[in-house]
Amino acid sequence: MGFPHKPHPKETVLLSRYFGEADARNYKGWVKRGGYAALEQARAMEPARVVDIVKDSGLRGRGGAGFPTGLKWSFMPKEKKKPHYLCVNADESEPGTFKDREIMRWTPHALLEGTAIAAHAIQAEVAYIYIRGEFTEPLAIMDKALTDARSAGVFGKLKIHLHRGAGAYICGEETALMSSIEGKRGNPRIKPPFPAAAGVFGMPTTINNVETLAAVPHILTKGAVWYKGLSLSSPKSTGTKLFSVCGHVQQPGNYEVTLGFPLKDLVYELCGGMRPGRTLKACIPGGSSVPILDRAETESCLLDYEGVVERGSMLGSGGVIVFDDSTDMVYQIMRLARFYAHESCAQCTQCREGTAWTTKILERILAGQGKTADLDLLLDLSENMTGKTICVLSDSCAAPVVSGIKKFRSEFEDYIAGRRKPVMVA
Amino acid sequence: MSVGAHPSQPAGTEEYQPVFTEQMLEQLNEILARYPTRQAALLPALWLVQRARGWISDRNMAEVAEVLGLTPAYVKGVVTFYTMYHQHPVGRHFVQVCTTSPCNICGAEAVVQALLEATGAKELGATSPDGKWTVIEVECLGACGFATPVLVDDDFIESVTPDRVPELVRKYK
Ligand SMILES: Cc1cc2nc3c(=O)[nH]c(=O)nc-3n(C[C@H](O)[C@H](O)[C@H](O)COP(=O)(O)O)c2cc1C
Ligand code: SF4
Ligand code: FES
Repeated sequence: MGFPHKPHPKETVLLSRYFGEADARNYKGWVKRGGYAALEQARAMEPARVVDIVKDSGLRGRGGAGFPTGLKWSFMPKEKKKPHYLCVNADESEPGTFKDREIMRWTPHALLEGTAIAAHAIQAEVAYIYIRGEFTEPLAIMDKALTDARSAGVFGKLKIHLHRGAGAYICGEETALMSSIEGKRGNPRIKPPFPAAAGVFGMPTTINNVETLAAVPHILTKGAVWYKGLSLSSPKSTGTKLFSVCGHVQQPGNYEVTLGFPLKDLVYELCGGMRPGRTLKACIPGGSSVPILDRAETESCLLDYEGVVERGSMLGSGGVIVFDDSTDMVYQIMRLARFYAHESCAQCTQCREGTAWTTKILERILAGQGKTADLDLLLDLSENMTGKTICVLSDSCAAPVVSGIKKFRSEFEDYIAGRRKPVMVA
Repeated sequence: MSVGAHPSQPAGTEEYQPVFTEQMLEQLNEILARYPTRQAALLPALWLVQRARGWISDRNMAEVAEVLGLTPAYVKGVVTFYTMYHQHPVGRHFVQVCTTSPCNICGAEAVVQALLEATGAKELGATSPDGKWTVIEVECLGACGFATPVLVDDDFIESVTPDRVPELVRKYK
């Protein structure tokens, strides 16, 4: 449902079906709604069979990269020689994204059930759910759900623990997340080794996003064929996806639609469109780390992994940020660059220096002290920040800058030429 | 959240009261059982310290280091990486306001101004003269559709607008 609004008839509610129903949070309430039946089903199967079902469903990671989930699970050693771990990524800190929070707040047992099924599939005996430190309410709700389900004995030998983050966007990157669980600074690590070979505590590890795991019980109970059938476009994009929509729309919130859904309908129909008298100027479709779309691209974009790439951006985490014609794009791009400068872990020179320098140049342009050459300088810098660092935070800073200059160049030029009133940035 | 050591007190002269005694030690042992290494209990241990003392002093860090078999420098390195650990005393109520782009375009700056005024903190990061409030700006709180989210201590408050601020502030003693 378009939580916190009433569900729209065009939504396909699977993960969000019980959002807003307090009783679904309780263990008994969840079981009454068919909860934990999928886990029982999975437990009766060989782990490899569960992996195959998820592979066949076409489910792809909902944390940003869209990697096929079953395939990821299949990378774990089949023959167990060491302890295996599952890490659940509930760090949700990508600007524009607020779906995992709602899953944990309303359907904590859906996440726990998906976690337990995944742990069975990859033969993990311990799972850590890494929840960002600021998510005080989801933490409390997950804690209670975990205690209740544990006392009901649903997890068998599997141990599930919550691990609270402490304020660091970078800990959402999977290798940084593992560092953070180990009690270290949240620095990403160079891959290889990949987590399935040497992950948390040096052991074979799988990392999955909250939404990815919450979808798994549905695949078990209703079948891979049924899930695969949920697609409005490409067979490579299956199932439903929660889109968090924020910014200048009448009804921001979480909307669950089948992949392949038109972005235009999401914005104009489900979210009620723009405020009166306003028109859409730009949209970031997959969380702040992906390129900005202009109006024409937004209105012709299909929300699936391939469709968004065709329009020059990425589906990412499904965090849709909408900007109307009142927006100062230069200012907003500066604000995003500043986010990355603040969140860089500072291990790589290109990222540490690049994010800070990009922010400084954008601030200078806003202050009316920019030079024409600054735009080329920004593009040059961005080029050096892309594909050259340990993780892609650096690339993420470049994405809005490069796409912003390309699509809204005149706004930058207006500041540089003194046609626009300078903005002093604190 | 309780007030930590007063900043005017010279650090290190008063007798140190360890955090990890009796009940706290029990809690720590429960935490240690979740991980294969002692080091992994560092983030949760720091949360326990901050909950008990309001902030994390150098001497607290030294204690945590000793309890977990780490060095004080290592612990400090971790504390300084994460923005939610306070390395200085803060007001009795700690307020975090999101001002990242999606909230910015929905009016977050006005919410910050209203909070600085209503709490008497006046300046970002400063504590109000009565020791009650500290207000800071933070990056995305993961609730962008509910602009502007504000975190007061452990209370996550959605959709705050400037006109809601005075009433919100009055609720806290
Ligand atoms: C800088 C950065 C931040 C990230 N933040 C998150 C996050 O908050 N939540 C998340 O699930 N994935 C995040 N990711 C993606 C993870 O690295 C990883 O791909 C994902 O958790 C895998 O789960 P999935 O396959 O189920 O999507 C981030 C990646 C990067 C580079
Ligand atoms: S790219 Fe940036 S955030 Fe990622 S590892 Fe390098 S410095 Fe850290
Ligand atoms: S941008 Fe403010 S909560 Fe995400």
